[in-house]
Amino acid sequence: MIFAVFLPLLFAIIVPFLSKAKHKIHTGIFVVFIPLAIFLYFIRFIGDDFTPLQQTYNWIPSLGINFDFYLDGLSLLFVLLISGIGTLVVFYSIYYLHVSEKLGHFYVYLLMFMTAMLGVVLSDNVYLLYTFWELTSISSFLLIGFWNHRERSRYGAQKSMLITIFGGLSMLGGLILLSIITETTSIRMMIEQVDTILTSNYLPLILVLILLGAFTKSAQFPFHIWLPDAMEAPTPVSAYLHSATMVKAGIYLIARFSPIFSTYEWFFIIVSIVGIVTMIWASYMAVRQTDLKGILAFSTVSQLGMIMAMLGFGTEAAIFAAVFHILNHATFKGSLFMIAGIIDHETGTRDIRKLGGLLTLMPISATLALFGTFSMAGVPLPFLNGFYSKELFFDATLDLEQSGGSFISFLSEAIPYLAVFASIFTFVYSMYLFFGVFTGPKKLELLPKKPHEAPIGMLLSPIVLVLGVIVIGLFPNLLNGSLLTHAAQAVNQAVELEHVHFWHGFVPALYMSLIVVIIGLILFLTRKKWSNIYHVLPGKFSFNKVYDKGIEKLDTYSTSVTNSYMTGSLKLYMSIILAVILLATFFVMYATDGFVLKTDNLADINLIDLAVVFIMVLAAIATIFVHNKLALIIITGIVGFGISILFVIFRAPDLALTQLVVETISMALFLLAYYHLPELRKIKDTAKTTTLNTILAVGIGTLITMVGIAAHSSNWFATISDYFVETSYKLGGGHNIVNVILVDMRGLDTLFEITVLGIAALAIYGLIKVRKNKEAE
Amino acid sequence: MEKPNNLILQTATSLIAFILLGFSIYLFMAGHNSPGGGFVGGLVTAAAIVLLYMAYGIDFVNKILPINFRVLIPIGLLVALLTSMGSFIFDVPFLSHTFGYFEFPFFGEVELATAMLFDLGVYLTVVGVTVTIIISIANDKAA
Repeated sequence: MIFAVFLPLLFAIIVPFLSKAKHKIHTGIFVVFIPLAIFLYFIRFIGDDFTPLQQTYNWIPSLGINFDFYLDGLSLLFVLLISGIGTLVVFYSIYYLHVSEKLGHFYVYLLMFMTAMLGVVLSDNVYLLYTFWELTSISSFLLIGFWNHRERSRYGAQKSMLITIFGGLSMLGGLILLSIITETTSIRMMIEQVDTILTSNYLPLILVLILLGAFTKSAQFPFHIWLPDAMEAPTPVSAYLHSATMVKAGIYLIARFSPIFSTYEWFFIIVSIVGIVTMIWASYMAVRQTDLKGILAFSTVSQLGMIMAMLGFGTEAAIFAAVFHILNHATFKGSLFMIAGIIDHETGTRDIRKLGGLLTLMPISATLALFGTFSMAGVPLPFLNGFYSKELFFDATLDLEQSGGSFISFLSEAIPYLAVFASIFTFVYSMYLFFGVFTGPKKLELLPKKPHEAPIGMLLSPIVLVLGVIVIGLFPNLLNGSLLTHAAQAVNQAVELEHVHFWHGFVPALYMSLIVVIIGLILFLTRKKWSNIYHVLPGKFSFNKVYDKGIEKLDTYSTSVTNSYMTGSLKLYMSIILAVILLATFFVMYATDGFVLKTDNLADINLIDLAVVFIMVLAAIATIFVHNKLALIIITGIVGFGISILFVIFRAPDLALTQLVVETISMALFLLAYYHLPELRKIKDTAKTTTLNTILAVGIGTLITMVGIAAHSSNWFATISDYFVETSYKLGGGHNIVNVILVDMRGLDTLFEITVLGIAALAIYGLIKVRKNKEAE
Repeated sequence: MEKPNNLILQTATSLIAFILLGFSIYLFMAGHNSPGGGFVGGLVTAAAIVLLYMAYGIDFVNKILPINFRVLIPIGLLVALLTSMGSFIFDVPFLSHTFGYFEFPFFGEVELATAMLFDLGVYLTVVGVTVTIIISIANDKAA
């Protein structure tokens, strides 16, 4: 199985070499065999006696991250969709993409996506799942931005990237929590520990995080906004990623985890509501679009909402309907995208206002579109698979379990009405799509190209998909036992083999379908009369604007936040650093009761000490008020010399000597620089900053003093100086303890200090002598 | 530094400089047993040299002391480092020092310590650093 998953990625390595010869032979011709081989490999597993298959390859065993692949019914359904539609899409792209395009890039991204998607649906390991999940986001980003010279493509790619990566990261959070709680990284092991998860305190958080991942990927309300903008991608990409596979990754995720969450009432509430709302909003918005792919994008969102809602219901009928509709949607939506691509290719526009009357010019496309759109609308005809899944959907909405709180029972009552409401608009946009393009007056003068039927190669893929629509429509039970029931059982074990019938008597679901068709027809025929409603709702409001404004505001606010403190003023930075030191140290000291004062360990103070300190304090205070630089240098010197006197008093002759000489030298240096020092100005600060600075300075001074006192008052250990006193002569052969410590016991410090001095001297020399540009001063 | 023509300063310097140099050598040598050491010794030596520069001007001092003080910095660092690494020869850790007492004619018994060699490195570096900094700032005409 691992070879099946990584085959596309491995093949992607040689695609660039193949694409060198693209003018002789289209690169897609080589590529098409890859998904075909995978499809043929996996189709062998279909059968009534299917048993799940597991394979494990080590990757990072110490972290429990391995290539754990698990093929059950649900995975098999998705794998077949991915490889099957993948084959058709690659075949279609051979005719769709001209050899002058960057074919190498295109197929590398597409194969990368294929591996990622196969990996997502086959992974049993949550981290492996996440790895492939992000790879789908990245390859989708690359594919949406394939025509990267277009501004809209880049915008759409960025938008989808931001939204899906946001969801992916929150999903990672949820997966990590899950694997911590259950102490396993395997999804199946997690499902076995449902009770542990359901009693965990983190359950709501896990649910929200994982749902965020699924909703963003599957373009659920209100994260659906990236999907219509992703239509800037080449049409094969839209057909593959944004109708049949990637957007179903979120659906897959929900289905995969529903054995864990399905008994949790919030799962039902959130997923059903989001699904239904998505379905209604997107089908309502789809009628408003003028771009063919725009309509299809909103239609995809709406259909995904429907599947999502059914997964939320979680009943046996609903799960089966969801699985069935996943298959059906992939067939008719894939074909519709390809037909939209053909129309675009042959007429030069996708604007439905410019199209019309193509029925006679493109009869084959029109026939295919007829099946696709009517199936999408759920028109009750026995050869349209969309009708069956819609019927099953209505059935599922009707027999929701009414247990739980009053809100849940209210929701269960309302859902059938909402479902019918959404389906009406689905009907309207499907009719609008078909009749708007293929009937009515011809507007040839508006079209950039003279329209004609597409070449047969291009039509072959949609023909295969439409055949799928019809075959499933005629024999709805064809794949039931061998594939769909297994898939549904992976989601909900209670699902039993069902038989789908076209005619099952006068039941409520049939009436609902008839209501949809009748009201839908009326609304479609009177569309022009009520389309003004879109000026009221959504009117000027749209989630795109929210997104755009959000991105823009984020940018301006973060810039203004950065500008507010990164002003370039060193004074401000200094204040911030000091304030942070002040607050952090104070709170740590305060919280740990660090401020202590003990007076039992103090030496006596004599008059000389007092006098020296008094002079130093005076000098220090004077530095604040002196505005003459010469005076300032000398007064600073007083403090330095005072310190050396203190060293003498406290019996540190080496320090006193060194301090004396160093102070002299630094004063000499100050005086050398005297002429070049800037004029001391009285800095015109506002009263506020002056006050703040004063508070800060006094605060830091007080704090350091208190820390010093506290440090002196708390003696934790005996000092090691006794050791030095005892061993200085014995080990070091010297009586001067300071010097023995400096050159012998702690010679390493000294070695590096003289290195520092050397570097400083050479740096000063360099700064002064090596002036390459004198103007720069 | 301009060449000054200050007789009193020059006369006093010719005396003081040698006292300073002598004192600095005393500080350096005595450092192991009484206050002093390579650092202070080096600073005082540098003070003597700077005094010479101040009194006699740069050209004159360069003539009587043909030393490139910048080169003293690496030499000093090298002396200190090699002393530290000398311990490897005797298979003891880096920077292990030893000392011993030796009988010399005329001086009598004298203590010699490898720490002194290390201190010599410190001394040379400090002299080089201090003189380099002061001379290069003082001679900076460009600004």
